Amino acid sequence: MLNPASGIPAEPFVRRLILLLAVLFLAGPAHAAGPDPANWSEVLTSARGETVYFDAWGGSQNVNAYIEWAGSELFKRYGVKIVEVKLADTTDAVARIVAEKAAGKDKGGSVDLIWINGENFASMKRRRLLFSPGWAEKLPNWKYVDFETKPTIRTDFTIPVDGLESPWGMAKLVFFYDQARTDPATLPKSAKDLLAWAREHPGRFSYPQPPDFMGSTFLKQVLCELAPDPSVLQKPVNEITFGEVAAPLFAYLDALKPYLWRHGEAYPKNYLAMKQLMADGELDIIFAFNPAEASGAIEQGQLPATVRSFTFPGGTLANTHFVAIPYNAAAKAGALVLADFLLSPEAQARKQDPKVWGDPTVLAMSKLDAKDRARFDAIDLGVATLKPSELGPALPEPHPSWMERIEREWKKRYGVGN
Amino acid sequence: MIARLGPPLAVLLLAGPVLCGLVGTVLPAFGYLPALGGTRFTLAPMRDLLAEPGLIRSALTSLAVALVTAAAVLMVVVLFVAGWSGTRIFGRILHLVSPLLSVPHAAAAFGLAFLIAPSGMIARLLSPWLTGWQRPPDLLIVNDPLALSMTAGLIVKEIPFLLLITLAALPQVKLAETRALAASLGYGRIAGFLFGVWPRLYRQIRLAVFAVIAFSSSVVDVAQILGPTLPPPLAVRIVGWANDPDLARHFLAAAGALLQLGVTALALIVWLFFEGLAGVVTRRLGQSGRRWRGDAVLRRSGLAAMVATAAAVGAGLALLSIWSVAGLWQFPETLPHSFTASAWIRTIPQIARPLGITLACGLLSTLLAIAVTLLCLTRELQTGRPAGRWALTLLYLPLIVPEAAFLFGLQIFFLAARAEPGLPNLVLAHFVFVMPYVFLALSGPWRAFDRRHEAIAAGLGKSRRTILFSIRLPMLLGPILTAAAVGFAVSVGQYLATVMIGAGRLPTITTEAVALAAGGNRRVIGVYALLQMLLPAVGFAVAIIVPALLFRRRRAMRAG
Repeated sequence: MLNPASGIPAEPFVRRLILLLAVLFLAGPAHAAGPDPANWSEVLTSARGETVYFDAWGGSQNVNAYIEWAGSELFKRYGVKIVEVKLADTTDAVARIVAEKAAGKDKGGSVDLIWINGENFASMKRRRLLFSPGWAEKLPNWKYVDFETKPTIRTDFTIPVDGLESPWGMAKLVFFYDQARTDPATLPKSAKDLLAWAREHPGRFSYPQPPDFMGSTFLKQVLCELAPDPSVLQKPVNEITFGEVAAPLFAYLDALKPYLWRHGEAYPKNYLAMKQLMADGELDIIFAFNPAEASGAIEQGQLPATVRSFTFPGGTLANTHFVAIPYNAAAKAGALVLADFLLSPEAQARKQDPKVWGDPTVLAMSKLDAKDRARFDAIDLGVATLKPSELGPALPEPHPSWMERIEREWKKRYGVGN
Repeated sequence: MIARLGPPLAVLLLAGPVLCGLVGTVLPAFGYLPALGGTRFTLAPMRDLLAEPGLIRSALTSLAVALVTAAAVLMVVVLFVAGWSGTRIFGRILHLVSPLLSVPHAAAAFGLAFLIAPSGMIARLLSPWLTGWQRPPDLLIVNDPLALSMTAGLIVKEIPFLLLITLAALPQVKLAETRALAASLGYGRIAGFLFGVWPRLYRQIRLAVFAVIAFSSSVVDVAQILGPTLPPPLAVRIVGWANDPDLARHFLAAAGALLQLGVTALALIVWLFFEGLAGVVTRRLGQSGRRWRGDAVLRRSGLAAMVATAAAVGAGLALLSIWSVAGLWQFPETLPHSFTASAWIRTIPQIARPLGITLACGLLSTLLAIAVTLLCLTRELQTGRPAGRWALTLLYLPLIVPEAAFLFGLQIFFLAARAEPGLPNLVLAHFVFVMPYVFLALSGPWRAFDRRHEAIAAGLGKSRRTILFSIRLPMLLGPILTAAAVGFAVSVGQYLATVMIGAGRLPTITTEAVALAAGGNRRVIGVYALLQMLLPAVGFAVAIIVPALLFRRRRAMRAG
């Protein structure tokens, strides 16, 4: 039987591991030279035959089906194979790249392209985990990108993008309600209003439990509206003034908690769970980052046809989501080709269709030719989608350190029961 | 003799990865990980861990869930087997319950959630005619702070596991004879079983009970779906820390993993204490001479609990399958407003690759586990020495060490060894989890095999090899196939190992399902839950049907 004497003694293992880690530590970071997007025909040549592992949050079937389509088009046109790696959380992939770097794997990494923004981008940029120098603004389709009127394309959560990630779509915080249950006249027009509304409709509002992305976004929206001086949010958190700046936010949450769904003793997992809860009749006001979310859900029978959208006249948070290439990606040329294809008017128009995904474009209509503009004009945004002119002002995202800090504070105050 | 290779091979393949992983976990728990700048041993990670808000509560939740789950599962299985084995109802219920073993934990949990939630099926069936609810009530049932839903979810999933392990051991304890003897002495069914059969039977399923405790104390997926969230059980928090892009949190995760190890160990120690207590009580009761004939209520409640288990999981899955084709389905409608195949149409094209990887990895790791297990057991037969305590500890290490922790260490190790993420790594990682279950399922029946069969064969001049291949292995075909089916189901259900070691590049049905579950779309969850169930179900069907066919003319070979 299993004889302990023939087992592997732990000691050599320890020493070997320490040795390995020590070697890796000394090896340090090394940036492999990659393809140059300025020489596009060369990129296309070396991309042919590559397999691109695209790590993307895989919680939405719409998005998965869209990526599937992009992959088949890319294979047909450029001979690049796309494999979507569906993530339950984007940090899984970031953690994997971090582990690869820790193990000294500076080439042939497991991620070629990653769907990313905000906190994760800031962290990857700070750790030098991104393919550099900046490549995004050298892509052929960059010429259509609307970076002039959409400042979030060059500044991701206050962090300069520097071409280290390529814009994919726009996001704007939008609220949804069911007009069969809720009279549009009673809808809240600000975070303060929302608190009053929740008091009158106890148990019918909630937000996803931070650090879920949408839950943290709700906290940031309230923070932006209530902070005495919102401009400090554009700079990193200052521990000395944090308490003062965040005080109105936590006073607000304290007041809101008793009127939340389940009295704030449990929170929905994410915005998709809130969508289900709205369909179940448990929640009356929900929110998402995609203005076409409700129209798409109605189309697919997930929400009743009477659901409509609204935003706050004073503005709601807006940002851009991107794709980035890790510094150790194995198929950088293929990843560049995919990033460029995702920017093409054809792919962007398809993405904006609520029947497909409904994600707003990053392109400027004025920069497109008549044929491409017609693609966008032909899209039916759906009954529940507000027109771009009705979306209200865009509030800029705070510096990523705020998100981290209020998430930590939230957990301390509400995250451990009592 | 090739069997000689068995034990060292098992130690290498099993303890190797776990030890590498543990080293990768324990050292950082005390601040030592040069690659991340930790070059000195320090207690800082432990201090950080203790400073985490709600830590004690998370740990206590894990502990309580584990003990309550194990106690409830064991009680139901004992009452049911004691009260009903050998009856016709027993066989019928068995056919109902055994397929449930193959149901992935996540799928069962989702099904249960939709059954018991305020907007769930039970509330829908009673509304509005009885309850007056036009809209779901604002009640905290799923994710409750006491983890009752989570415990219920674990109980209904672990009952089939323990029942099957018990059944595999049952033919070795002379149930019918003992039962006849106890009955002739005037004992009630349950008392006769408890005094006559149980002590021997429990010895054989004891490690399975420990596995239930260890699993329940460190489960992640069920906890995420049904468990409390403010704060979540310990294992869920460890995974959160381990996935944090902030590398400094890995020290915290490692410290948390050490605590998890302690919590699991404490749960086992508490269990051992109650085990001893229960033994004393049983002996006292036996010595009292009372016959306990009036056990009809107990017997019926055992049956009722078993039926309720099957019904809860079955109904949950039936509901999920309806969801997979549902259009709009609002409260309090008991059936969807409309039906659509769109969830299936969107899913099917994406399934070929994950399906292939699931099958390949499951079959390879199971085959490897069966082969190594048989080699070890054969070697044990040849030397006549049963496994030592240390060997057993090594063997069951993967069931007790929180997987998230040692997997992270193992991931670092594979990367450091420049081993590309690929099927071999994944098979090896799955093997670590498959092997103990296979060994657990097989070693009991193997050791309890009546050696007089072999003695007779030897007396007739047969060689050791012939005895092994024509007497022992064929007679143990049932347990071997059951063990293989358990192993395959374990492999199919692996989530963390697949994601971490496969570097996300080797998707299986389960990783796809969990990734999609993040979206909470019941239609898609329904599709994947059905697909996920199908694979292990085939394995168990084989384990049940093949021996039944082969031994249909041999009455003594039929179990139960």
